[in-house]
Amino acid sequence: MISVKHVFKTFGSGAAATTALDDVSLEVARGEIFGVIGQSGAGKSTLIRVINLLERPSSGTVTVDGEELTRLSPDQLRLARRKIGMVFQHFNLLAGRTAQGNVELGLEIVGVSGAERRRRSLEILDLVGLADKAGAYPAELSGGQKQRVGIARALAGNPKILLSDEATSALDPETTRSILDLVKTINVQLGLTVLLITHEMDVVKRVCDSAAMLENGRILEQGSIVSLLSTPGSRLVHELFPLGEIAPHPGNTVIEITFSGGSADRPVIAQLARTYGLDVSILGAAVETIGGNQAGRTRLELPGTPLANAAPIADLRGQGLLVEIVGDGAVVEGSRA
Amino acid sequence: MIDPAAPGFWPGLFQVLLVGTGETLYMVGVAVLFTVLVGLPLGVLLVGTERGGLFEAPFGYRPLGRVINRVLEFIVNLGRSVPFIILMVALIPFTRLVVGTFIGSTAAIVPLAVVAIPFFARMVEIAIKEVDSGLIEAAESLGATRWQIVAKVLVPESLSTLILGLSTTVTSIINFSAMVGTVAGGGLGQVAIQYGYQRYSTIHMVAVIILIFIIVMMLQGLATWLARRFSHRTRPARSRVAVPPAI
Repeated sequence: MISVKHVFKTFGSGAAATTALDDVSLEVARGEIFGVIGQSGAGKSTLIRVINLLERPSSGTVTVDGEELTRLSPDQLRLARRKIGMVFQHFNLLAGRTAQGNVELGLEIVGVSGAERRRRSLEILDLVGLADKAGAYPAELSGGQKQRVGIARALAGNPKILLSDEATSALDPETTRSILDLVKTINVQLGLTVLLITHEMDVVKRVCDSAAMLENGRILEQGSIVSLLSTPGSRLVHELFPLGEIAPHPGNTVIEITFSGGSADRPVIAQLARTYGLDVSILGAAVETIGGNQAGRTRLELPGTPLANAAPIADLRGQGLLVEIVGDGAVVEGSRA
Repeated sequence: MIDPAAPGFWPGLFQVLLVGTGETLYMVGVAVLFTVLVGLPLGVLLVGTERGGLFEAPFGYRPLGRVINRVLEFIVNLGRSVPFIILMVALIPFTRLVVGTFIGSTAAIVPLAVVAIPFFARMVEIAIKEVDSGLIEAAESLGATRWQIVAKVLVPESLSTLILGLSTTVTSIINFSAMVGTVAGGGLGQVAIQYGYQRYSTIHMVAVIILIFIIVMMLQGLATWLARRFSHRTRPARSRVAVPPAI
């Protein structure tokens, strides 16, 4: 649905030039929620603005729904943008228009007239759960309500894609969850493809089907959450399930097990202890529900050297678990059986 | 010297003030009309043709935007820097060309509008620059054309500030309209010069000052009320427009 290929974006020129995007390629499938995570300054804002060409890439191509946006004329681009709704961190609502007026702005631009505009704007406000606030001005709305108006406005032109620029970053945790649930609902009900950028791992955990990690303008890794979970040494997975510092006892083996799907339900550790008579200690664990499935990581300490524990580790891998042997904080070895 | 005790003094005063007020309102009103019609687009273009602005590259041609910006800046600075009393006299040939004469209230409209347009254009520039760039971005993301952004975002969102800026502009037009009275432009200014100054009638002078004060007060009150009405922020609209320097 969205295909970004070898995009570079440089601001300024000469010695003062800074590279915001450094050979970024991204594939977002139809109907999925794709999260780009990165810290501030990583280039997230630039990346999302490149998708609808609010920011024109210095080089590279952006293709949305089969249309190569980077080749369009300004007028064609304006029409293409109507297929791409966008919501913003600071809502960007017109202070002089009511909630309904703000939604109608989207329809006015597309050229929907009079009665149809009113009907449709109320319908969308109802969809985002704000039917009773149609006549309220943004100053009279809470942050969450403003973002609902923002989402309604983005949906006005019947887009196929929703871009979300840190849409929940200015909201409290509870409101964040309700907005994310709304995004998920829209994604399912309207079949909308969603690309969101965020610096909050919780956002990725809660709604994303796929994710990419952006750092210093480069994509470090990307893929579906499921496939990332089975990728050894995935930074994204490590940040999704933080286990803290490693403090192994000398002579012992520390392993990290990443599990997802069916393997999450099996009593893996108990089995391990029973079968091999091992005194397994749990150093840390993080378990989350991602996309309706349990997934997580556990850090275990096994007595003896890695060599001595080869059999139980092989057994774990045989069960389809991702097992990484960790030494002094670094991943020494990691592979899937 | 006019004697206030002479028969017919008070009816005469009333008559003169009535005509003077009418002329002042006429020339100020028409001048304001032209000021808005020309100054508003001028201000929008001043902001728009700046680097990164909406009209940075008219017809896709960047140098054109830069040239337009330079020319407009030059015109506005020129118009703002020439003292009104000089501008008024220097414009006489132009006024004669446009109106046919350079005497009377209609002729006075020309220099009034000429001095007020760049002034108001600056006010528009300030007001529009205050509009959050995120709003422009939001409109662009919806596929808005540049004119839609001007008409649906920039002007409506800066309306409160524009109204307050216009009020300041009108106040200085009233100020200048008194000056055209010195060169037979009519209005309350001429009343003050002819009767108050040349014929030593303190009553005329005081009456003119009171009348102009009332007009300005009413204008400011109306502007403040309108600005508040169009501002839908929770805080009451406050004037962020700089007070013009006295001339």
